[in-house]
Amino acid sequence: MNIYVNFLIISVFLINLIMLSSSRIRACIKLMALQGVLVALTPFIIPHSVATGVVIISVINIILKGMVFPWLLLRALQDANIRKEVEPVGGYPFSLLIGVAFLVMSFWLDSRLAYSIQVFSNLAVPVAFATFFTGVFIIVSRTKALTQVIGYLILENGIYFFGSILLSEQPLLVELAVLLDVFVAVFVMGIAIFHINREFDHIETNKLSELKDWIEPQEDI
Amino acid sequence: MSMKIAQFILILMVSPFLFGVINRTKAFFAGRKGAPLFQLYYDIVKLLRKGAVYSFSTTWVFIAGPMVSLSAIIVASLIIPFAGHPSIISFDGDIILFFYLLGLARFFTCLAALDTGSSFEGMGASREVQFAVFAEPALFVSLAALARLTGKSSLAGIFGSPQIHSWVSYGPLLCLAIAALFILFLAENSRIPVDDPNTHLELTMIHEVMVLDHGGVDFAYILYGAAIKFWILGALLTGIIFKVSPYGWGVDTIIFILLMVLLAVIVGVVESTLARLRLLKVPHFLIVALSLSFVAFIISLR
Repeated sequence: MNIYVNFLIISVFLINLIMLSSSRIRACIKLMALQGVLVALTPFIIPHSVATGVVIISVINIILKGMVFPWLLLRALQDANIRKEVEPVGGYPFSLLIGVAFLVMSFWLDSRLAYSIQVFSNLAVPVAFATFFTGVFIIVSRTKALTQVIGYLILENGIYFFGSILLSEQPLLVELAVLLDVFVAVFVMGIAIFHINREFDHIETNKLSELKDWIEPQEDI
Repeated sequence: MSMKIAQFILILMVSPFLFGVINRTKAFFAGRKGAPLFQLYYDIVKLLRKGAVYSFSTTWVFIAGPMVSLSAIIVASLIIPFAGHPSIISFDGDIILFFYLLGLARFFTCLAALDTGSSFEGMGASREVQFAVFAEPALFVSLAALARLTGKSSLAGIFGSPQIHSWVSYGPLLCLAIAALFILFLAENSRIPVDDPNTHLELTMIHEVMVLDHGGVDFAYILYGAAIKFWILGALLTGIIFKVSPYGWGVDTIIFILLMVLLAVIVGVVESTLARLRLLKVPHFLIVALSLSFVAFIISLR
């Protein structure tokens, strides 16, 4: 039992690393979907009883993260007509090392926490934290709007992973509301990306600051 | 003791054969017949019968380079365990000696290359050292992860302990270590995708360019050293997979050699199916190995 759990946890973390070091957006979207499915499967392999609510949420998670989001994002990718992310700040090798640093930081954070319950694997919580940090890092370091949406979804994966590790049963209503929010966010962002791309011929977010109503008057000498 | 000496002689005899296996695999993929399996033996014998020509601009360093490299690598092969059994030299902390012997071999190869005063060889030495900056820590950290897992600090202790074969409990760690070690194995042996052993265009070569000016006996030393280095680094990988069988030393030896041949076939397949990385991408590739080994090490701390 434990070996599957550990393999799953390490796969979730390795997907983070690949995501940090890959420039191909299409591959990133697919990996994000895979990570979402893996994370949604967590409740079934951890040793406590599986309630009906958990099954419902897992199935919705798999459908949303495994199929709907990749489909929406791949379509946005096709509309935006881009294939590669530009080099992030510091380059890909640097972000890869940052990903490992996140794991170290998460282990430290994990050692500072006191759990009221027995966690089934001592790797699980640090990897959930690391996934969380990776999502945030992708949002701040990448420049394409589409990759930032991917970062947002990784962040969500991390939060969901953390929840499914620590709580044997999450409140159904809260989880459904969160999923609805995420769905609407991705949906709206997909439309926004499409429109930004149509208006400005690119989706570089660092160039969006050029959107100004008025141009600062030049100082005359 | 006689068994250990027999193991050592086997390493010295069998290792050039693996290069023949790689070349045969690549020839199979290319649809060629390929060179004989024992081609490297013929090459070495031919080169040993030749004399060497030394340029007037070189010093003793150039002559010492291949000799020091070969002897350092042979001493390292005295440490590496063979088929789960300890070798002639084995003591606590011999991992450090092992790494520094490989480092010494690299150092003298680079010095000899710089000694020629050729700009091409200097370029090769610079690249070799640049990539070693990434490869060596990764090798250290991945072996440190295994040492931490097994609680032993000698190579024989690490590869002889039960933890290294308990895939059920430590599967993820072992997989990460194997992945990191395989990347480093390709890089250290200057195989594709880091370096192409067959290329003869100086601008893209790394290892080959450093040995351009060596000829005759010196070049035979270099080829033989490369073959033994291939064996000892490969034995780190196969040592993780190999499990001592209950049928005695003879069967173990045969299975271990077959595993090494299998590794050579895998290298041949990798070389036939992958393209060489751009030089700028090589550090990225090595940093992947570094990250994997760091993750393995972090997991081993728990």
